[in-house]
Amino acid sequence: MKFKKSILPLLITAFALASCGGNNSQKEGNQDSDENSNGILGAGATFPYPFYSKVFDIYNKEKGIKVNYQSIGSGGGIKQLQNKTVDFGASDAPMSDEELSKSPAPIVHIPTCLGAVIITCNLPGDPVLKFTPEVLANIFLGKVKKWNDPNIASLNPNVKLPDLAISIIHRSDGSGTTYIFSDYLSKVSAEWNAKPGKGKSLNWPAGLGAKGNEGVSGLIKQTPGSIGYVELVYALQNKMPAAQLKNKAGNFVAATLQSSSAAANIDLPADMRVSLTNTAAADGYPICSFTYLLLYKDQKYNNRTEASAKATVDLVNYVIHDGQKYAELLGYAPLPDAAVKKAEAILKSVTYGDKTLQ
Amino acid sequence: MIPAITFKNNGINFKEKAFKKTLTLSAIVAVIILIAIFFTLLVNSFPSLKALGAGFFYDKTWDPVADEYGALPFLVGTLLTSFLALLISTPFSIAVSIFLGEYYKKGIVAETFKNVIDLLAGIPSVIYGFWGLFVLVPIVRIIEIKLNVPPYGVGIFTSSIILAIMILPFSVSLSRQVISMVPDHLKEAAYSLGATRFEVITKIIIPYTKSGLFAGLLLALGRALGETMAVTMLIGNTHSIPTGIFSPGNTMASVIANEFSEATGKIYTSALIEMGLFLFVVATVINIIGKQIIKRFTL
Repeated sequence: MKFKKSILPLLITAFALASCGGNNSQKEGNQDSDENSNGILGAGATFPYPFYSKVFDIYNKEKGIKVNYQSIGSGGGIKQLQNKTVDFGASDAPMSDEELSKSPAPIVHIPTCLGAVIITCNLPGDPVLKFTPEVLANIFLGKVKKWNDPNIASLNPNVKLPDLAISIIHRSDGSGTTYIFSDYLSKVSAEWNAKPGKGKSLNWPAGLGAKGNEGVSGLIKQTPGSIGYVELVYALQNKMPAAQLKNKAGNFVAATLQSSSAAANIDLPADMRVSLTNTAAADGYPICSFTYLLLYKDQKYNNRTEASAKATVDLVNYVIHDGQKYAELLGYAPLPDAAVKKAEAILKSVTYGDKTLQ
Repeated sequence: MIPAITFKNNGINFKEKAFKKTLTLSAIVAVIILIAIFFTLLVNSFPSLKALGAGFFYDKTWDPVADEYGALPFLVGTLLTSFLALLISTPFSIAVSIFLGEYYKKGIVAETFKNVIDLLAGIPSVIYGFWGLFVLVPIVRIIEIKLNVPPYGVGIFTSSIILAIMILPFSVSLSRQVISMVPDHLKEAAYSLGATRFEVITKIIIPYTKSGLFAGLLLALGRALGETMAVTMLIGNTHSIPTGIFSPGNTMASVIANEFSEATGKIYTSALIEMGLFLFVVATVINIIGKQIIKRFTL
């Protein structure tokens, strides 16, 4: 009895801490299933998970090939691909040059759909507010403190703004959403670029953190005078009010699937590793991003058969073509035609040894 | 007859041995797992230990973008919430323990109360978090408006209240036992000298059980230090040192839970693991001290 009492809290602590290392143990598990089954294995971003799981489910029904996708986060997806334990990885942000140089072999990025980040507020009457990049950056830097600040009021002459303190709500967990949002703020504000910068987790100058989109939206709903950012998909599902933002071309644009897709109507680089925030597209919403599937350029590694390499490439090809029609249904912005063309070209460059697969 | 008995004895011996071996093996596995976890944390902390050194413990900036990792704000947040929770829960824990250990040792009332308190320990921490978010936060916000401090609702104070409720069953279960173990002859002697029940409790029971009560509180503290989910939902998750009990903050466990899954970069991941190692060591030390006190008390 006595022994049990004293060891129990120790064990609880031990298990709690052990669960942090979950990623490592998963890796080994994956390796087995990879070799033993003829399914395709992928891991990565959580944001496009509903889209992927729908497309992969349809793919399984049509082609009889099972795809096992684990939404463990972009960072985990990249790590697992680098360890060669999955057939493909998935990430919201393109891999950095440093990450690519640390990978054992060249990796290609195939965009699959677009996500956007909306700005939402809790103000009496849920008005549709308009923000310029400067004002938005100053709010999140903690420099604009009141809702009736002349900088906000002059942009919104038809809205009666209360004399209320602005409470900033941001994500507390490392997230691609924070990355996209901070990438945007870094582009439009030199001060933001210098101080918090861009990343999945930031040293926020002001505000409170909440876990996940649901945590942020929950805290916003509870806190009068709060402002925060969530994914477009989540905002659409929950019918949250979203602000209009002034894009680079000078137009105020509301966040919709169309305006997100429109943001990608620019000159895209050949490798598609591009930030879609604050693009020059005239009717594009300024806080958007591609989400990517990641593959090794040469599929001949680790005793991989040509058949499984071909199956992986066929799957990705399906996602960027037939799979696109499911994107809009689920609240994701589909790829514009120009992006599909570029993605096709990248996919054609994927080889198995010397052989092309497409 | 005789061979039959020997055969039976052999069977029992074999069973006994197998049973004992299984027990030994399970115990050894538990110890090995614990040691393995410690070494995993230690080895994975090396990059951060090397790069950050002691600065990890006193730097105030946690900035993954600039690769600066100072855990001081989280250390302060963890200690502040845990000790505040202990402060809030102690009077309740001692009162409940006296109630169950002295006034109502047996009967339906006692059983019901004991079960209810034990149930508190069984509620998943995310449920505490939700309850805190929807019930406690609005109440705290009203208090904050009355006190004229920024009405965040979430923060150190809110997390401490939730923690206080969560750790209550841990200290009560031990304290109740030690209080009910106070020898009757001591109490009877006091009564025979004309002491009131209140005097018996304050002059006999509490002095007699104080190390046991202290051990109960220590175990509860160990639990508070490592609590993650409920705290993450209620503390506000800011990377700065809290300026008061109503300001938002962050704890070590909550930073690990928030940032580990998306942490990229060697030093970043390693710094989070080092934080886990530190939490592990603190929780272990507190448990060992608690255990020693219980041992001294019961001997």
